Amino acid sequence: MSLSSRQIESIAALARLELKPEEIPVYADSLSRILDMVGQLEKADTGTLAPMAHPLEGQVQRLRADEITSPDQRDLNQRNAPQVEAGLYLVPRVIE
Amino acid sequence: MTAVTLSGLVAGLAGRKYSSVELTREALRRAEAAQPALNALVTLTAEHALEAAAVADKRLAAGDAGVLTGVPLVHKDIFCTAGVLTTCGSRMLSNFVAPYDATIVRRLKDAGMVMIGKANMDEFAMGSSNETSWYGPVKNPWDVTRVPGGSSGGSAAAVAARLAPLATATDTGGSIRQPAALCGVTGFKPTYGRVSRYGMIAFASSLDQAGVITVSAEDAALTLQAMAGFDPRDSTSVDVPVPDYSATLDAPLAGLKVGILKEFFGEGLSPEVEAPVREALATFTRLGAVVREISLPSLPLSVPTYYVVAPAECSSNLARFDGVRFGHRCENPKDLRDLYMRSRAEGFGAEVKRRIMTGTYVLSAGYYDAYYIKAQKVRALINSDFQRAFGEVDLLLAPTSPTAAFRLGDKTADPITMYLNDIYTIGANLAGLPAISIPCGFAGGLPVGVQLIGPHFGEAKILNAAHRFQKETDWHLRAPSGYTAGFA
Repeated sequence: MSLSSRQIESIAALARLELKPEEIPVYADSLSRILDMVGQLEKADTGTLAPMAHPLEGQVQRLRADEITSPDQRDLNQRNAPQVEAGLYLVPRVIE
Repeated sequence: MTAVTLSGLVAGLAGRKYSSVELTREALRRAEAAQPALNALVTLTAEHALEAAAVADKRLAAGDAGVLTGVPLVHKDIFCTAGVLTTCGSRMLSNFVAPYDATIVRRLKDAGMVMIGKANMDEFAMGSSNETSWYGPVKNPWDVTRVPGGSSGGSAAAVAARLAPLATATDTGGSIRQPAALCGVTGFKPTYGRVSRYGMIAFASSLDQAGVITVSAEDAALTLQAMAGFDPRDSTSVDVPVPDYSATLDAPLAGLKVGILKEFFGEGLSPEVEAPVREALATFTRLGAVVREISLPSLPLSVPTYYVVAPAECSSNLARFDGVRFGHRCENPKDLRDLYMRSRAEGFGAEVKRRIMTGTYVLSAGYYDAYYIKAQKVRALINSDFQRAFGEVDLLLAPTSPTAAFRLGDKTADPITMYLNDIYTIGANLAGLPAISIPCGFAGGLPVGVQLIGPHFGEAKILNAAHRFQKETDWHLRAPSGYTAGFA
């Protein structure tokens, strides 16, 4: 398995990570080797086994009633925001 | 007499031999003194600690104290601590002050424990040597040219250097047990879902589990007691009663069926590590355990399985770091896409990016079935192998790590070499099993750990076996030179 520079650029774009040109061959090499290692899985006879997404069998995601259970903490939470104004998160203009 | 464990400190506090403020001052002094050599902490919370210790002393005086009241601890910097910097070892969160407490932080705070600081760690818990931290590597107190293991390297180093008798930690692929082994301390990862993940910054949600690093299994039992239990705020928290872990610590081991994992005693295991692990097996036999070899043929596939499942979940979980609501934001973004791309590129380190990209690839159109679904099927295979084994034995015994602590920089060039450090620990995460690493000897002056793995919710049996072992041996009580063995 060998990933091309083009494939790395496309994966990085999907992952929303800007890569410097010199990083591309480094990740192409290490991701290719990781995928080679992972390639061992092909040989495993998994027959009719169901994919296991969760380690505890039979556990289902609980749902809760759609009720307000905690106070409004917008101001507290927004203290960590890079840029806010009037209680809103600011980002570069999206609609011209 | 000197208190050499958390349990000893509990007795000393109850007997008024010292106050919590005195213990806390000593812990803070040690943490400050050790910081230049070890870099075990990201943040020292002296002010918070002394306030909490004063409150604890009042509770102790009023007869209103719990078992753990007044005892200092360190929290891994993956746990949100209200009003305190919570970095997860990343530049991305280097300015993040958590607005709330993680459930386990809250529970230990309510128990009266005193946080003295936040422990350094591999960035977003991705690493096995603590070298991926934005705050620089942690050094192993046994030899500062060597790694402490990871990702809970700061937690393990803090307990090994006797800064505090408890450090919280998390284990996604061995991140509690491997550093515990490399630093000569006890590291316990409970069953998946046993301890709440609320407020624990997510890496791989189907694998992540919180646990403890302590001097002894007895200390692990005491502290797990306060942390474990159902939490409605974590949708994968399990609503199963928590037994009294301390009550069964001393149960005799006569007739205990211990399986030794055949696949883990072959190629790759350093003979210097194998010898003390075999010696530990002999100790269990002397204690009455019946030992037999167990083969789990699918186990060698645990590393490749993990390196599909964990990066896949990581790529999804870390999508939230977008430079908008919290975390690092790049300067002068030209548009929203540029803001995302550069904030993430600047905020994440190389290993985190590698895992995000690996995960993105295995989840992408055309590869999802070949990699992700296939890995989940192999995970089922590994799980069924473990379930079969626990039909035959009570506990499984294995080395924790193939070698003792390696040198800083030795394995950073090749990610695969680094990943293989977790070859003996990942299986328990894939199957969601509880497992402990306890000190069992030395290899060339460096600590070696032996691992006990139990069936789901088999915490009490693991702690019982580990405690009986620690009554027969004193490996866990050895402190590195330059650090006093006692806490007070």
